[in-house]
Amino acid sequence: MKPAWSVILLTTLIGAAQGLFLAGFLSGGPRLFALIALALAAAGLAASFFHLGRPERAWRSAAMWRTSWLSREVIVLPAFMAAVAAWAVFPEPWIGWIGVALAIALFVCTGMIYACLKFLQEWHTPLTVVNYTALGIASGTTLAAVLMPSFIPAALAAGALAWALRLASLARNARLRPKSTLATAIGVKHPRIRQIAQGAMGGSFNTREFFHGRPREVVLAARWALVALVFPAPALLLLLGQPAAAFLAQYAGLIAERWYFFADARHPQNLYYQAIA
Amino acid sequence: MSKQLALVIDLNVCVGCHACVTSCKEWNTQGSAGPLTDQNPYGADPSGTFFNRVQTFEVGEFPRTETVHFPKSCLHCEDPPCVPVCPTGASYKRAEDGIVLVDYDKCIGCKYCSWACPYGARELDGEQKVMKKCTLCVDRIYDQALPPAERKPACVLACPTSARIFGDIHDPASEASRAIREQGGYALMPEWGTQPANHYLPRRKTAKQIHPDELERHDNPLKVDGKLPRPATGEPALDDVTSW
Repeated sequence: MKPAWSVILLTTLIGAAQGLFLAGFLSGGPRLFALIALALAAAGLAASFFHLGRPERAWRSAAMWRTSWLSREVIVLPAFMAAVAAWAVFPEPWIGWIGVALAIALFVCTGMIYACLKFLQEWHTPLTVVNYTALGIASGTTLAAVLMPSFIPAALAAGALAWALRLASLARNARLRPKSTLATAIGVKHPRIRQIAQGAMGGSFNTREFFHGRPREVVLAARWALVALVFPAPALLLLLGQPAAAFLAQYAGLIAERWYFFADARHPQNLYYQAIA
Repeated sequence: MSKQLALVIDLNVCVGCHACVTSCKEWNTQGSAGPLTDQNPYGADPSGTFFNRVQTFEVGEFPRTETVHFPKSCLHCEDPPCVPVCPTGASYKRAEDGIVLVDYDKCIGCKYCSWACPYGARELDGEQKVMKKCTLCVDRIYDQALPPAERKPACVLACPTSARIFGDIHDPASEASRAIREQGGYALMPEWGTQPANHYLPRRKTAKQIHPDELERHDNPLKVDGKLPRPATGEPALDDVTSW
């Protein structure tokens, strides 16, 4: 898949917002946490509009919440923002708990958008939802440590957990074997099939949307960046008493993580687009 | 059981002429689904929106290879994975005839349905920024103004080798159902359980077993003489002993 910057920014920003709100509310932190979480979520929401071909029709996307996880996310994200804003104004515990429930629901919605696509085998695993949740909480807690150094131990623990879970999904995906092959794609039972023409002289939507087009080195570099920057580097910076640098390093790691998440996913439609002619 | 319209494409007959591609583009760019926009069509890097494309594959290894031309369009799955993921309801499957359609006025161009299609059947229009896909020429097949023989998708009418059969695959008596049943029609990527309505008929080799004794007719009149003992040169020939 081609990583979309709008989606990378959306998911990393709202993940940090949810994590920051959870850290702030559950530890009895100040309202400033909620305000910063609100700003991050708003930035993520703004980024999401750049993903749409017809952003002026975005309001329609709340319609199919019965079947579509994307639709559910579209409903839950503004609801979460409203709850966070309400809690910042009226810091009543029951409002905060609604925010907690919506933050968790939003993690599930965001993760399920990807995890529900069964033929994207790299994504079709509970680890996708777990990773979105754990990485969001980790980055939010690191941001909380920037605001209040007392969060440093919590940030270390959340980062370690998220890192371990992400490594588990890397290990899982490394062992995947694609279920679809060219033989099932065109229905010819033969081990040696080669595409000669894909029906277009230039590219098409199918060649632009589903291929990242980067050399293998870039993909491997993104993987190493995520492994190093999601936890080891920020942990070191947190222990050195540099939470701001730790958050920036971890956020860069999350960008790399999300980029790799998309680039690593092999869409079966790519079987039909092996050769341009 | 309700209707499920579909195409059955005979790979044994398709010659890869792309007539279905051009007639599809022609009909649908000017019909109610249009326009299907092109970007830079005459430039170095042309691109455009198509409902139907013909791809070519080489099966086997030289010199034992075979060329397979493979027309590819939306398969109108009976369980379409693209429909439930659509957040706006722009993508839908018609109950009355099973055609999967996109409401271009509702589509927000989020591309999620294209991610959810394992076949890559959906293309985002580069100019209108909404998702496009094969409509089975829904604006043709019910058109009472057309003669009944022309109420078929444009690709089917264009195919010079009749490689494309259009019909209701839930009606066991339809030509499409019969072709699937009698000629080994199969679905693409059955491993995902999408139950594509469109089917493909496989390449079929016409083989005949010839036994050595069939290479020569034993009653071959041209060879009967040669098998008899040759007369000696002094013997009278047939002309010498007959009076005609």
